[in-house]
Amino acid sequence: MRTTIDTYLTNEIGPLPFCPGCGHDPLLKALDKALVKLQPDPAKTVIVTDIGCIGLSDRYFTTHGFHGLHGRSITYACGMKLARPELTVIVLMGDGGCGIGGTHLLNVARRNIDITLLVANNFNYGMTGGQHSVSTPLSGITPTTPMGNLEDAMDLCGTAIAAGAGWAYRGTTFDKDLPDRIAEAITQPGFSMLDIWEMCTAYYMLHNKLKKKDLVDIMGRNNFKYGLVANNPRPEYGTQYRATYMDTAIPERKACTIETKFDNNVMRQTGIVIAGSAGQKVRSAAGLLAQSSMCAGLNVTQKVDYPNTVMTGHSVSEIIVSPERINYTAIDTADYFVLVSKDGLKNTKSQIEKLPSSCTLYVEKSLELPHTEAEIIRLPLMATAKKVNRLSICIVALAALVKNSGIINLDAFAEAITTFQKPATAKISLKALEAGSALIHAKQEMDGSEWNVHNKIFNQTKGELK
Amino acid sequence: MGLEFIEGNEAIARGALKANCNFFAGYPISPSSSIAYHMFNKLPRVGGVAIQGEDEIASIGMCIGAAMTGAKVLTATSGPGMSLCSENIGLAVSGETPLVIVNVQRQGPAIGSSTKGAEGDILFTRWCTSGGQPMIVLSPATVSEAYELTYRAFNLAEKYRTPVFLLTNKEIGLTRESVDLERVELPRLVDRARGTIGDSCFSYQFKALHEVPEFTDIGGEQITRFTTSSHDEAGYFTSSPEVIQKMIDHYAAKIESAEEDIALVKQDIETGAEILMISYGITSRSVAVAVNKMRKQGYKMSSLTLQTLYPVPRTTLSKALVGIKRVVVPEMNMGQYIQEIQRLIPARVEIVGVNKMDTTLLSPDEIIERGVLS
Repeated sequence: MRTTIDTYLTNEIGPLPFCPGCGHDPLLKALDKALVKLQPDPAKTVIVTDIGCIGLSDRYFTTHGFHGLHGRSITYACGMKLARPELTVIVLMGDGGCGIGGTHLLNVARRNIDITLLVANNFNYGMTGGQHSVSTPLSGITPTTPMGNLEDAMDLCGTAIAAGAGWAYRGTTFDKDLPDRIAEAITQPGFSMLDIWEMCTAYYMLHNKLKKKDLVDIMGRNNFKYGLVANNPRPEYGTQYRATYMDTAIPERKACTIETKFDNNVMRQTGIVIAGSAGQKVRSAAGLLAQSSMCAGLNVTQKVDYPNTVMTGHSVSEIIVSPERINYTAIDTADYFVLVSKDGLKNTKSQIEKLPSSCTLYVEKSLELPHTEAEIIRLPLMATAKKVNRLSICIVALAALVKNSGIINLDAFAEAITTFQKPATAKISLKALEAGSALIHAKQEMDGSEWNVHNKIFNQTKGELK
Repeated sequence: MGLEFIEGNEAIARGALKANCNFFAGYPISPSSSIAYHMFNKLPRVGGVAIQGEDEIASIGMCIGAAMTGAKVLTATSGPGMSLCSENIGLAVSGETPLVIVNVQRQGPAIGSSTKGAEGDILFTRWCTSGGQPMIVLSPATVSEAYELTYRAFNLAEKYRTPVFLLTNKEIGLTRESVDLERVELPRLVDRARGTIGDSCFSYQFKALHEVPEFTDIGGEQITRFTTSSHDEAGYFTSSPEVIQKMIDHYAAKIESAEEDIALVKQDIETGAEILMISYGITSRSVAVAVNKMRKQGYKMSSLTLQTLYPVPRTTLSKALVGIKRVVVPEMNMGQYIQEIQRLIPARVEIVGVNKMDTTLLSPDEIIERGVLS
């Protein structure tokens, strides 16, 4: 068994460095007493300090020490505690840190991560010249409030409690029971904090009448409770994380890989643009075309463009399929263009105007097109999709494209659908695939054999390098 | 794994996991968020932790805390988030913290165009924190490279105890490609060298300036002090000008002396070439098309694709410059990395930037017209 540790303070770099009468001195000694009471292994204990005079503290302890940026000490402490739950993590922060790092105070309280925060609250920035902080009392004189502070002091415990802190204590460095309170805080299984009021002899006390008994008076004037403010334990984040996400994790969906099972008729790099509205499943339908092209042995890229508003506005996917390695992922001259909605049209109008005669444009029948050289194939895409599912319009359109152009086999498309979509969705998509292909079949019947012949020749032309 | 159709962001997450990353913290931001999705989905299943911070500052802060207890950590963001990470990056430099930071660049400045690509953060990344210490910055051009370079970024972070940046772009992050990650060749996995227990084992101890100090974990048997203040080899605050200068020289030396180890450059050299294309990231793919096209027309051209942006691969660049009359540097910004090249080339060599920042890719034709034929 380990011998009892008499003190966690070390004289290795000399005595504590604070001004005579500074509250940090008794605060650190109270922390030392708390540690002596609890006897944690110094190698399993970390003292994380913030910026300010209190930031000088960690190096005077025989535990691990971490001295970080102003206001961010809580974040480092949380990272340590989450990565190594066996550690006892104690944060020493000033009232300044509570201001600049206020969001971290709120969020550690809300998450309830098992660290202990000691706020050395001396109402001003003692290291940088005594400027006012979030905890300076009303009418307090500081270099930045020379005519008296107009800002109300922040109720640090109240703020943390409002955010969910389960254990909070407010006291002063003159409290006889401070070491016990600190020990109590450390042993809490969740986030715990102590707002410890103290004297800054270098600055705040010089400009303001402040004696020992005034501390408790100021608390009273502000309606800040003195003593234990909250003791409502609730589940700790890290413990919950390990129980819910690690030990009983939901089984993962099996990753799908693609096997080349089909042939293709793509002789050169071919660009397919699909333009529609956000929410029309443009990206996923284009992705299925891409995956089916991979089933047919092709290299594929999918470049996407959509605004941040996911359910409104345009969505455009540029698919390149090629027997060769694909470098440039944008499509300057499309070989096929699929247009399914007004949003898509609005976004790609200038592109459509420039389409060459070698491009085939598959367009929803109801859309008014600008002038273009492209060969236009108007189809009742929306009406057809509605019979299956409104959201399958892109699959209807791409099925028509695949059927008509013959770039790949429709069976490859079906393979991609059944491989990558959940069964219920795949069922709808397969119906859409059939419906899209039937549109072309019907058109071919109507146009007669001549159209078929033209289509074959057209494909061969597309097969040649430009 | 076999053949897959995945986006660059997923490849980054997979590269991180392949490198045994076991801690991720990040804040949602387009276009990087899907990196987080993959980490949230995968990490707990392999015993790691993924958490969404309350902002980018908290995210990188948690990463640094975790890293100093021994974890292999990743954070991912975009330009605006990088701005918030700035101060903590300096902390990681001075604390010699192994850390991988992904910046999926988007059009700036500020909010800019959140879902559009750009490469405007090149010099920002190099100089992203106060003090001006050297950085390691890698830049992938493809989804496969996003996987490979993320893995390599972890190796470099471990080897040199420093933050390493993977600087990518929405145009790789959100672009899906057919890839087989199993076929990507990866180097052996590197873990940080750890100190042995004993009184003389200090967390910042080195003999020669370029030596990387052995790492001791916070929470390990050896009591460790980490500090962002000017410190000596034991992690104690110091105001000694000699010690401070020594540490500053050390941060620089350990990275600058390793230029050759860190440099990753793809070379496509043609004998007798008078034109040299220098590019990186997604733009290098347009350059590849442009070079093929011009060679078919009889132009003699060489091309360098930089996967390592920093430290600048000077040796490789200088070698490739021999006999070159014109250097072309196309970039999706208004001319950033070209400034690094300008420092290296003799006065007789003409240097041409092809620049655009309208959110669209530089096309091969634009590069030819404005860079080669101009």
